[in-house]
This record gives sequence, structure tokens and C-alpha cells, in this order.
Amino acid sequence: MVERTPFLNFFTHIILFAGFVFCVAPFVIVAIAASHNLKDVNDVPMSLLPGSDFWVNIKTAWTTADLGPKLLNSFIMAAGVAAGKVIISALTAFSIVYFRYPGRTLIFWLIFITLMLPLEVRIVPTYAVVANVLEPYQTIMDVTGLSWLIEKVSGVHVALNLGMLNSYPGLILPLIATATGTFLYRQFFLTVPDELTEAARMDAAGPLRFFIDILLPLSRNNMAALGTIMFLWAWNQYLWPLLITTDQSHATAVTELKQLIPNVGGAPEWHIAMAGTLIVMLPPLIVVVLMQRWFVRGLIATEK
Amino acid sequence: MEKRVTFSKWTIGILFAVPQLFLIFTFFYWPAGQAVYWSLTLQQPWGGGNIWVGLDNFRSILSNADYWNSITASLIFAGISTGLAMFIALVLAALTDRQLAGSRLYRVVLIWPYGIAAPALALAFRFILAPEAGFMAVVNQFWPGFWDPGLDGADAMASIIIAFSWKYVGYNFIFFLAAFQAIPRSQIEAAAMDGSGVIRRFWDIQFPLITPTIFFLLVINITESFQDSFGIVDIMTSGGPANATNLMVYKIYSDGFKGLDYSGAAAQSIILMLLIIVLTIFQFRFIERRVHYR
Repeated sequence: MVERTPFLNFFTHIILFAGFVFCVAPFVIVAIAASHNLKDVNDVPMSLLPGSDFWVNIKTAWTTADLGPKLLNSFIMAAGVAAGKVIISALTAFSIVYFRYPGRTLIFWLIFITLMLPLEVRIVPTYAVVANVLEPYQTIMDVTGLSWLIEKVSGVHVALNLGMLNSYPGLILPLIATATGTFLYRQFFLTVPDELTEAARMDAAGPLRFFIDILLPLSRNNMAALGTIMFLWAWNQYLWPLLITTDQSHATAVTELKQLIPNVGGAPEWHIAMAGTLIVMLPPLIVVVLMQRWFVRGLIATEK
Repeated sequence: MEKRVTFSKWTIGILFAVPQLFLIFTFFYWPAGQAVYWSLTLQQPWGGGNIWVGLDNFRSILSNADYWNSITASLIFAGISTGLAMFIALVLAALTDRQLAGSRLYRVVLIWPYGIAAPALALAFRFILAPEAGFMAVVNQFWPGFWDPGLDGADAMASIIIAFSWKYVGYNFIFFLAAFQAIPRSQIEAAAMDGSGVIRRFWDIQFPLITPTIFFLLVINITESFQDSFGIVDIMTSGGPANATNLMVYKIYSDGFKGLDYSGAAAQSIILMLLIIVLTIFQFRFIERRVHYR
């Protein structure tokens, strides 16, 4: 750039190329291993020339782990989380930024604190809540004597019960319940000029109209960035789906990978395992490649 | 920062926040409170509610050698993988920022690893690092018994560190590159005019200006090493051999769901929560101060 530094440039190229190999090699090895047969994949050292069984292995992995419906589940979960985040965060940020009501600061902090504790560390009680989503409300009514009152007055015994294990809402809702997107929108809304709001109010637009016709179209870039990052994040979730999908019908592709680990003592079917890994890796990789700009932008904006 | 112009109908304003408030109450505050409650009580073996035991759960956990072993393993894992992932990413980002031929390709490819699910890359690395097939098998042919993550705790720890670092090199690279690119080109050119070389410019201009990013990534990497490691551990080692890779989140999961010890798991969750809160507060203090040398 500014001066001639042939030696340094040479080393720069070497190190960057090494980094390139470091990042790409696992993908290549997985793809090559997925094309071998049982004997070749266990050869030491494994041949780096692709074998001829690629499609056979993909097909076997697809049926062994039942990947068709599982990929669909993954897709529904990831799309649901992305859409839910994009919508709910926008609503909340609008409320926090554009209104002055009592308790606004409290609400701001209540939401802000959720950034601190990821789902993984409160996994056990969250599981209990999802087993009966209305349990918190039932407990509150029991403790305050409200359910006793209702039973006295109307004779109805209050027993709220709504289980969400093995369901899409159970997969999706707890993953939406954090503040990540809210702050992305908040920072953006604060940069929207006040003149726009004034003009809208002068034209007799209410808050709803202003939100839908002016604010949302302006936030299109933020929505794309947030949607991309949340889609990937949800697709890659493992612990949560593993816990709450006790029956196979709602399991996701990522949790199904466990079925493909070769058993100790069984045939080391690494070619099938790698074919399955390739299938599960591919959708997020495609999203990263196609949506690179939004991915990078969303990542930097949501974390800071 | 506050808006000067706002809407006056604040009832509508509150309605906009209601869905989010319901969600975080049901799936965040209630479970977090529940964890505190469980950690202070003990479930009766035959039902009939919980009995209050005060801090006994914490005492029994903190006097348990397995738990300390898990903390040590988590800290070793966090320390080494954070160091590796950040150092490699910093070097790669600094060099990519020199914008030599091909840097556009590197900018695209070097972020790929972060897109991959932890369990998927864990399975890939389990094969690549398998002692009997894959690539470490070649090393084992020359030195039999050199590498066996199934039997040797240190080897198992090394495998999960490699897998985790691979993913987070991609993550850190994105942030470091963005930080480097935010430095005004004119500053670097001015320094070059004054006769400072590439390395001098790195230490005197670029490095001080990216210190906020370094601190930020340090905290994020450590907290992520507590959370995102679960999938890697579960697929690659299942916490073994002999608990050598039984990291904190994995132990919470296995105690809570396999051992059905909700109280013990809840107490462990509380300790982990406190640890993460301390780290986060630490991070906010640094972000507030912006560790620049201006």
C-alpha cells in the first residue's frame, strides 16, 4: 500500500494462505471422507482423492438420521426465531424510544438484564417452565389467593396447564426471550431524525401509522442483518432442542448428528457420519456465503 | 440519549412492549427465580414439595471434588481456547487489513467457520482427530499410543480446544477486521510519511486503537466458551475420559437431566450465572472507559 515491503508481503501471503487452509481444510476433509467407502475412509492415511460413493453415502446418512423432516424442523425453528426476533424487538424498541410513560426506565433495565444470562445457564428451570408454560401464572394466582377466590365465587377449580415440550412454540419462544435485537433497533431508532416524527405528527399520523409507514421501511437494513444472524444462531442451537424434543418428531437436524457417531465396537462408518455432517453444515454455510454483508453487519451490530 | 419528539398516547406505547415483557417474564425471570429457589431447597424423594435447606446445596457442591475438577477444566478450556482463537484471528485480520492481492478472498473465507453449528464441526473434528482413522492415526503409526482422546484426558481436552478455537477464529476475525478498517487510513499514511514501518505502525497506532475490541472479544470468548462448548463436548468426548472434559454447562446438564438432581444443578447454575454477570459487568466498565490512548 504505502511502501514497498517485499519480504513482509511474502510472509503476509504465506500466513494468510496458511489461515485459508486452516479454515477450509475441515470442510474439504469432510467432503472427501463423505465420498469414500467403509474401507477407504478408515485407511491410514486416508486418501485425499475423492472416492466414488458420495451420493450413496449422502443417501444412507439421509435415511439413517431421517434428515428430511429434521431439516424441515430446523428450518421452521430458525425461521420462527428470526421472524419473532425481528418483529418483537422492533415493537419493544419503538415503545422504549418513542414514548414517555411511567416505568419506562424499569422496563428498559428489565430487558437489558436478559442480555447477561444465556439460555444455557438457566436450562433446567426453563425446561420446567416449558413443560407447563402457564405454571408461573398458576403459582402467582395460588400464592395471591386469586385461585381460591375464583373457586369460591364461580366454583371453577383453576388449573392452568399448557405443555410445550415437543412443539414448535416450545422450541422457538424461549430462544426469542432475550434482548439482543431490541438494542440493535434502539440504537438505530435514536439516529432517526426527529424532524421525521414532527412531520408525521403534523400530518396527523398516530404512533401506529408512523411505526408502519415510516420507521419500519427505514429499518429494512437492520431487519435483514438481525434476521440473518438470528437464523444462523437458531439453526445452530443444540442443547435446547436436545432437551425439549423428547420424541423424534420435533428433533432438529443438528441434534440428529448424535445418531451418526460411530459406536465403539461397531463398524467405524465415518463415511456416513461425514456425509451427514456435510448435509447439516451446508445450509448455514450457504446463508453465510449469500448473506455475507448482512451476516457481518448483524454480528457486529447485535453484540456491541 | 433521549428523543426530543415523542408520542403522547403512552398506553399504546406500553402495549408495544407487552409481548416482549410476557416472553422475558415467562422464559427468563421466572426460570431464573426458580433456579434461585431450587438452589436453596431440596426436593423430597417421594414428592410433597421442597424443603428449605438454606445454603446446603452450595456447601455440598463446593466441597465436591468433581465440581472443582469441572471448574478447573472449564477455566483451562476457556483460557487456552480464547488465547488461541484471539491470537490467530488478530494476526490474520491484521494481515488481511494490509489489502494485498487476494485479501478480498480471505475476507470471505476466513469467516466461514463461525457459521457452522458447534456439534457439526465437533463431529468433523472427531473424525479428523480420531486415533484409529483420520489424520492423527498417521502420527500414531510412528509413535504408537501418542494420541488417544478416548483414553487420555489431555488429548481429549486438546481436541475440544482445537474444535472450539477453529470456530471462534472466524468470529474474532470479523470483529478484528472491522476494528482495523475503522481506523482512518490517513493516520496510517501520516505515520508512513514520518518514516515508520509496517510493524512500528502496528504497535504504535493500530494496536492501541483496537484495544477496546480486544477487551470486548476477551469477555465474549470466555462467556461463549462456557456456553457454546456444550455441543462440542457432548459430541466429541461426552465429558470423559474420567471427567477430564466435564465442563460446567455439561455438568449442569448431566447432573440435572441424567442424575435428576435439580437442586444441585440449580446451585451450579447460580454459580455460573454469577460468574458470567461478573464478567459482563467487567466488560461494561471497560467499554464505558474505552481503553484508547488518545
